[in-house]
Amino acid sequence: MSRPLLETRQLCVTVGNKVIIDRLDLNLAAGERLAILGRNGAGKSTLLSTLAGLRKPAAGTVLFAGDDAAGLHPRQSALRRAWLGQFQNDPFGSTVLETTLTGRHPHLGRWDWETSRDAALARDALSAVGLRGMEDRQIHTLSGGERQRLAIATLLTQEAPLYLLDEPLSHLDLNHQMAVLELFAGTARNEGAGVVMVLHDPALAHRFSDRALLVHGDGQTEIGPVDDILTAATLSELYGYGLRQIEDRGHRCFIPE
Amino acid sequence: MPTRQRAFLILASLVLLAALSFGFALTVGSFKVSYSEVFASLLGREGAGGDVVLQLRLPRAIAGFACGGLLALAGALMQVLLRNPLADPYVLGISGGAGVGATFAILIGLPVLGIDGLAFAGALGAMFIVFGLAHGDGSWTQTRLLLTGVIVAAGCGALVALMLAIAEEHKLRGMLFWLMGDLGQSAQWWPAVLALAVALTLSIPFARELNLLSRGMMQAQALGVAVDRLRYAIYLLASLATAASVTTAGSIGFVGLVVPHLVRLATGNDQRLLLPASVLAGGSLLVLADTLARTIIAPQQLPVGVLTALIGVPVFLFLLSRQPK
Repeated sequence: MSRPLLETRQLCVTVGNKVIIDRLDLNLAAGERLAILGRNGAGKSTLLSTLAGLRKPAAGTVLFAGDDAAGLHPRQSALRRAWLGQFQNDPFGSTVLETTLTGRHPHLGRWDWETSRDAALARDALSAVGLRGMEDRQIHTLSGGERQRLAIATLLTQEAPLYLLDEPLSHLDLNHQMAVLELFAGTARNEGAGVVMVLHDPALAHRFSDRALLVHGDGQTEIGPVDDILTAATLSELYGYGLRQIEDRGHRCFIPE
Repeated sequence: MPTRQRAFLILASLVLLAALSFGFALTVGSFKVSYSEVFASLLGREGAGGDVVLQLRLPRAIAGFACGGLLALAGALMQVLLRNPLADPYVLGISGGAGVGATFAILIGLPVLGIDGLAFAGALGAMFIVFGLAHGDGSWTQTRLLLTGVIVAAGCGALVALMLAIAEEHKLRGMLFWLMGDLGQSAQWWPAVLALAVALTLSIPFARELNLLSRGMMQAQALGVAVDRLRYAIYLLASLATAASVTTAGSIGFVGLVVPHLVRLATGNDQRLLLPASVLAGGSLLVLADTLARTIIAPQQLPVGVLTALIGVPVFLFLLSRQPK
């Protein structure tokens, strides 16, 4: 597909009167991974939900595969992008498998019930995040990390070509952090999925992304290949804290001064 | 998640329960009518108990079933809309508005039709006031909606108390029975049945979207639900269902709160099953409760709302205490 999975044209995002993104032009091609970094409250999540078409931009447009997101029916959007929000509590009980199957919603007609094929997809997704065998567990009995992996399994079940992930590593231990990042790297490599993720660890962002977008919170943004933009100098300025950079076997590591 | 077959089985057994509740309602009472006489009169044959069954008990049972179904459906919808398990059809002030209308009508001495008309007008008034205030800044969040509803309900409660205080002695009993919920006063059964049919037909096609909405607005929208439109529709539908029930039988408590919870406990939280099952269970429960209400201390009649509350409170407390931590 020649059209980029995700494109923004002169995108402006505001919260109240505060401009957090000012005229951003962005393209994400198939198989590409983009990390979004910034301080707490800089507007990373707001930007991501705007990119997902869940929030109206103050100006400019967001396009999925060439079509204006504002003009798409939510169901159409759901077939083109999957969005992982930050952890939320469920007031009503539900099992792990039921929750995973909600990802199939945009693929089902109004009167359809989930088929055995949908259930098989859901089970595969649960296997992929290491939750196989927990299908019948009630979701409120899960730990924070298991809940997060369940949300990722639901996302995989949605089978959209573009993943927008808001802090996909929250609540995860080191082992599962790596597993989740490897999982999306594999999806991008093998299936040509586009991945945009809000991350807090610049070392992991460097290792698992092609490009990075730095959000300064005052409207300013910088974007570029990770090798060029994720440096001690830019990151020290971004976070307002001095960082030292260390290279080890091609991986970059940042240590607070 | 229930399979389609299991859902049909559960619904079929609830239909059976509904049929049994009707059988109970038509045969029991201060005037004894046997099952064979009931069947004979239903089939149009003349019999000793024919008039009692066709003129008195059947319309009352139908009205009771429709009101119970409407309340349970509205309760289930409100719980999804507010994402709050403690929500019931009255939480947003609909019954308060109807109560103000009905007590005012009784106060100025209107006939039954006038009471029904003002009750319905009051319910609609409360619905629009809550919607307008909660929607004022465009945010239309669950918390804001809930708080607005609770405040409007409290205001209506004060107005009702005021009218009770200034009402003449002989009108008090009618007012109290209306406020507690009583099927004996229902003039017509068909508006409630019509409302139930419409509400069920309009809500069932959106059941899977309601499942997603109960998991959060953003998640639902990300998965392809037109959230804003769906929420307006449920608010309108649940409010009208409540208004229809309250107009027919006054504010009968606890059916709308407890029945969706009972069904959820037995079958899970899939709205495709929960909505129709709640309607059947709520209808049956109210028919049973009403039959008890008019027989326990016959020939005196109790307001059915007292009975549903007396049954509902311990059941709900029991459910709450055994809810998993």
